[in-house]
Amino acid sequence: MREESTFRVKSGLAEMLKGGVIMDVVTPAQATVAEDAGAAAVMALERVPADIRRDGGVARMSDPEMIVGIQEAVSIPVMAKARIGHFVEAQVLEALEVDYVDESEVLTPADESHHIDKWAFKVPFVCGATNLGEALRRIGEGAAMIRSKGEAGTGDIVEAVRHMRLIVGEIRRLQALSEEELPTAAKELGAPLELVREVARQGRLPVVLFCAGGIATPADAALMMSLGAEGVFVGSGIFKSEDPPARARAIVEATTHWQRPERVAAASRGLGGAMTSLESSKLEHEQLLAHRGW
Amino acid sequence: MPPGPTGKLLVGVLALQGGFQAHERVLARLGAEAREVRVPADLDGLQGLVIPGGESTTICLGLEREGLIEPLRERALDGLPVLGSCAGLIVLDRDHLGVMDIVARRNAFGRQVSSFEADIELAGLSDGPVRGIFIRAPWIAGHGPAVAILAHVGGHGVAARQGRMLAVAFHSELGDDDRVHRMFLNDVGDYAAGAARSSASQP
Repeated sequence: MREESTFRVKSGLAEMLKGGVIMDVVTPAQATVAEDAGAAAVMALERVPADIRRDGGVARMSDPEMIVGIQEAVSIPVMAKARIGHFVEAQVLEALEVDYVDESEVLTPADESHHIDKWAFKVPFVCGATNLGEALRRIGEGAAMIRSKGEAGTGDIVEAVRHMRLIVGEIRRLQALSEEELPTAAKELGAPLELVREVARQGRLPVVLFCAGGIATPADAALMMSLGAEGVFVGSGIFKSEDPPARARAIVEATTHWQRPERVAAASRGLGGAMTSLESSKLEHEQLLAHRGW
Repeated sequence: MPPGPTGKLLVGVLALQGGFQAHERVLARLGAEAREVRVPADLDGLQGLVIPGGESTTICLGLEREGLIEPLRERALDGLPVLGSCAGLIVLDRDHLGVMDIVARRNAFGRQVSSFEADIELAGLSDGPVRGIFIRAPWIAGHGPAVAILAHVGGHGVAARQGRMLAVAFHSELGDDDRVHRMFLNDVGDYAAGAARSSASQP
């Protein structure tokens, strides 16, 4: 019996991306640079988060023309972003046969109280989370992969570290609870009890966990892998830096060899300047992206 | 199966990128010891090797960067049992490591929205079909006489054996059916026993 797009097939693709780097690209030429550097996938978008921040205005799904151009340029998986709650953007991306849809806080939310019902789609979804409850709510809605949100477009790793430590720490806490304590924990997390039970039993999320938002250097990538990420998204960090091909290769190498500091050191040499960065603690509340979604 | 130095069979899992942990879990469940392979020194003393799914371009670039291509080729041609799944099948083919006489067609079943699961009749496995999980999977578009094609989907080869090398286009490691890994570990056991005999016969 043949079945398409089962949850195993959806979450299985994320399993195959593990240990890899997913890079934001805005042109087919950048996608080729990313692929040649060893990216496990690319995220096709019109503007990287740093530019979305700078330009302001409403950030939407990318032009399908651009997405198709990137699909034609590379053989690795192509992901694309839809606005939170904008299920028609997601349907358009599915019709384009992108390999993963990112329901992303980097774009301007389209719905202030509902995320997309991701079970209704054949295409798998990745969603951002700042804590375990948020991650499990997204999985409950059908997300097949989770990424910590961080603070996109800043080049400041502090929020990514906060979110990853929170998610991993909350998982450890659940493992220490007894069966009768789990329903209360589920209530406090605002997460489905079944998923809370599964996390307590397995000691990990039921889907792959990547990190995103603020990675600018090979050492940032290795740090996030050490804290429990199973792979990394790099947005503005590569193509806003001085030497994108070299930095892309270096971040790929550091993500593979995160347990070997001498390899991270070697990869970090001679890369030129990192992206122009913003300290996220100096941003006004309305400039922060991570609190979008709930 | 005869034991390795630690009392368990020692199987390497190429861990440059991809679904290596899922393979490690299956191997551990079956009583083998798994070692992640990222640099040539990690190959020392292995009795078998798994090349997992992942992105074949990423994995091949990593093999080149780490200087792993020649050592892997030598070990495979020397008879080391190898299991390649999905991207692993591509890595083993004529155009990449060149150790199996097969030609893989990448993403042959289409993009992710066409990915699927299906029951596969696999030659050499009794007790019914195995559940194959196909994720942007390749198929075998051509092969030489030394290769036996073990399974088909829609007329296309999706599993092949050549000596002790086994390549499957699907992910048996993501399901709960261990039979493909058992088949591989049988080869690993034979190889380990052969190596033990030949070292015992030396003065």
